[in-house]
Amino acid sequence: MSEKNEKKFTTISIPTALAEKIKKKIEGTGFHSLSSYVTYVLRELLASMEEEEEAGEALTKEEEKKIKERLRALGYLD
Amino acid sequence: MFRDVDLEDANVVRVNADRAEDIENIAHGVFSPLEGFLCRNDLESVLDDKRLDNDIPWTIPILLDLDEKELAGAKEGDTIFLTHENGMISEMEIEEIYTIDKKKVAEKVYGTTDPSHPGVSMTFNMKDIIIGGRITLLKEGKKPFDEFLLWPKETRVLFREKGWKEVVAFQTRNPPHIGHEYVQKTALTFVDGLFINPLIGRKKKGDFRDDVILRAYETLIQNYYPQDRAVLSILCTSMKYAGPREAIHHAIMRKNFGCTHFIVGRDHAGVGNFYPPYAAHEIFREFPDLGIKPVFFRSFFYCKKCGGVVNEKICPHRGDDIINFSGTAIRKMLKNGEVPPPTMMRKEVAETILGFDRMFVE
Repeated sequence: MSEKNEKKFTTISIPTALAEKIKKKIEGTGFHSLSSYVTYVLRELLASMEEEEEAGEALTKEEEKKIKERLRALGYLD
Repeated sequence: MFRDVDLEDANVVRVNADRAEDIENIAHGVFSPLEGFLCRNDLESVLDDKRLDNDIPWTIPILLDLDEKELAGAKEGDTIFLTHENGMISEMEIEEIYTIDKKKVAEKVYGTTDPSHPGVSMTFNMKDIIIGGRITLLKEGKKPFDEFLLWPKETRVLFREKGWKEVVAFQTRNPPHIGHEYVQKTALTFVDGLFINPLIGRKKKGDFRDDVILRAYETLIQNYYPQDRAVLSILCTSMKYAGPREAIHHAIMRKNFGCTHFIVGRDHAGVGNFYPPYAAHEIFREFPDLGIKPVFFRSFFYCKKCGGVVNEKICPHRGDDIINFSGTAIRKMLKNGEVPPPTMMRKEVAETILGFDRMFVE
C-alpha cells in the first residue's frame, strides 16, 4: 500500500461469516468491494447520529431577537 | 463579530468579487464546515475523494490565489487582511503557502481540461500562489439585493418560526417558466416549505440579469403560490459549471441553510455537453452522509392531451402532443418583446420581465 494510502486507510476486522454474507449481498450491485460497502454503511450511520446531535445547537436570546427583527423588517415574518 | 482595525501598516490584499463572496459565505456558515480557504491536504482530498481530509463531503475547492506582489513577502504564520471595494474586510491567518497543478484541478473538478469550459478557463487563469488558512470577517461588504439575502442562522430561524420541519430547496439562475413551477410544486407537495434560492453572482453575457430573475419570482410567488409555503432568498456565489460535483456543492450549501431536501434536475450545473444529462443524479449515491435528501427530476414537458406539465413516467403521449420547454425559445420570444404562450410561462411573469429595459447581461 502506498504511503498516501497508509495515512488515509486503516484496517479493521469483522467476523468471516459476516464478511461472506456481505460479499454475497453486494454481488451485482454498484459496490465493487467489501470495504466500499462497509464504508458506505458506516458513513450513513454516522450521519444519522450527527443529525440527532445537531438538533441541540442554539442561538443566544439576543441573537435570535435580532434575527427575528430583521426577518420582520424584510417581510419574511409578520 | 466585527471590530475596528487599522490597516495602515498591515499587509492588505485586495480580492475580487468571487473571493469576497467566498469569504462572506465561509464566515456566515454557507460553506460550513469550511472555516477558511483550503490548505493542501484538504485540497488533495477534495480532488481525489470529493471529501475533506476529515471525510466530510466537499466537492468544490475553495481557494485563494495570489501573485508575488500581493503576497508581499508574507509567510506561513503571518496574518494578512483581505479587502474588497464593496467595503468587505477580513483577517486571514496564513496556515500554508503552496502551488497547485492547475491541470489536475481542472481534470478532477470539471472532468475536462478543455479551455472552452468556463470553469477550466477560470482555473488556468488563477494566479500561481495559493494560500490556505482560517478567515475572520471583520466588516461585511455592501451587496446588491441585500433585502433578499438571508444567512443560514436567519433561514433556520425563519423555517422554525413558520413551523416548517421539512424544506425543499430549489436552485436557479433563470426566471421561472411553467416547468420550474411544476417541479417546485411537485416537491412542495411532500414537504412543509419551499426555499427558492437563486444564484446571484458572476454571470455570462446573455444570462438574465439578477434583478429580472428576482422580480419575476416575486410575481410568480405573489400570484401562484400559497404565501406561507414559499420563501425567496438569494445565494451570492459564482457558478462553476462543474456539473455533478457542483450539484453536491449546491446541496451542501442548502443543507447549511436548514433545508432537508434539494431539487436536482437534468444536467444540473452543466454547460454545453460536458456532462451526461443525469450524472448529477448518480453522484449522490457516493454520499449517504450528505445530510440533505436529493429530489430528482428527469425531463418534464407540457402535454396537450394530458392538459398540463408532466414527465415521461406519468404521461403515455408522445410526438405532436408534447411541447418541450426550451430556455432558448423563451429567451428568444422575450428578446423580441413577445409574451410566451401560457403553456410555457405565466403571463404575469412574462409581463414583469418585459417591463425591464435591459433583460440580459451585456
